Amino acid sequence: MFEGVPLQWFLITGTIMFFVGIYGFLVRKNLITILMSTELILNSVNINFVAFNKILYPTHLEGMFFAVFIIAVAAAEASVAIAIIINIYRRLINIDVEKMNEMKY
Amino acid sequence: MTPNQLMFAIFSAVIIIFSILTVTSRRILRAATFLLFVLVATGGMYFLLRFNFLAAIQLTLYAGGIVVLIIFSILLTSHIGDKLEAPSLMKIIPAALVTAFGAILTIATILQYKFPQEVVANSDRTDIRVIAKALISTEKFGYALPFEVISILLLAAMVGAIILAKKRKD
Repeated sequence: MFEGVPLQWFLITGTIMFFVGIYGFLVRKNLITILMSTELILNSVNINFVAFNKILYPTHLEGMFFAVFIIAVAAAEASVAIAIIINIYRRLINIDVEKMNEMKY
Repeated sequence: MTPNQLMFAIFSAVIIIFSILTVTSRRILRAATFLLFVLVATGGMYFLLRFNFLAAIQLTLYAGGIVVLIIFSILLTSHIGDKLEAPSLMKIIPAALVTAFGAILTIATILQYKFPQEVVANSDRTDIRVIAKALISTEKFGYALPFEVISILLLAAMVGAIILAKKRKD
């Protein structure tokens, strides 16, 4: 319970966000929209870490540091993924996952 | 309803509605904008939990950096104005069933589990000095090693992104 807001509410918000991200990951075909779904998934995990930290262990900071490191990894991942996507677009003039069946010609 | 509950309800509604719109919108630039709303609402949730430093990181790095990067790559790779083709029903139904099942299972587990109720004295440990000391400390609860590793990861990602996106000479 954090000043009237129970822990479960945060966890349920994070869960819904996570599974919406997974739905997008399964359904979408454009590479950039798949990348956006990945960002949703990473963000929902951050909400869980932070809520657990604040509500169950308010004297520690582990959850916050995990969230900081996840954000850093997400930034690195997004930059490399976008470089790859632009490279693919330059070769195939298309970023549809179903039309990409070879990695190097 | 206390002000905290009201703010939580607003942020939570924004997160859920706009994350669903992010994965269903057929215009890709709009999807990126909806993603920006989701990330800003997540930052608001960190403010609600009094993690001011983390909320600032979220706003500058996620909402300011990653979304701008995504919008740049959208502008480079797709034509604004054309819609994405709608996914087939054969794809939507299994994906929706699987994710709905997973979400219901997880939420049921969360609601059943008895989390410890006692609240420890609400000490404000999110002072910036505490965070800075923990990040460079090598003792227990210190994060000097992950901090260095993540800096090497960022450097490697930067070099890798430049080499990947560089124009080939052939």
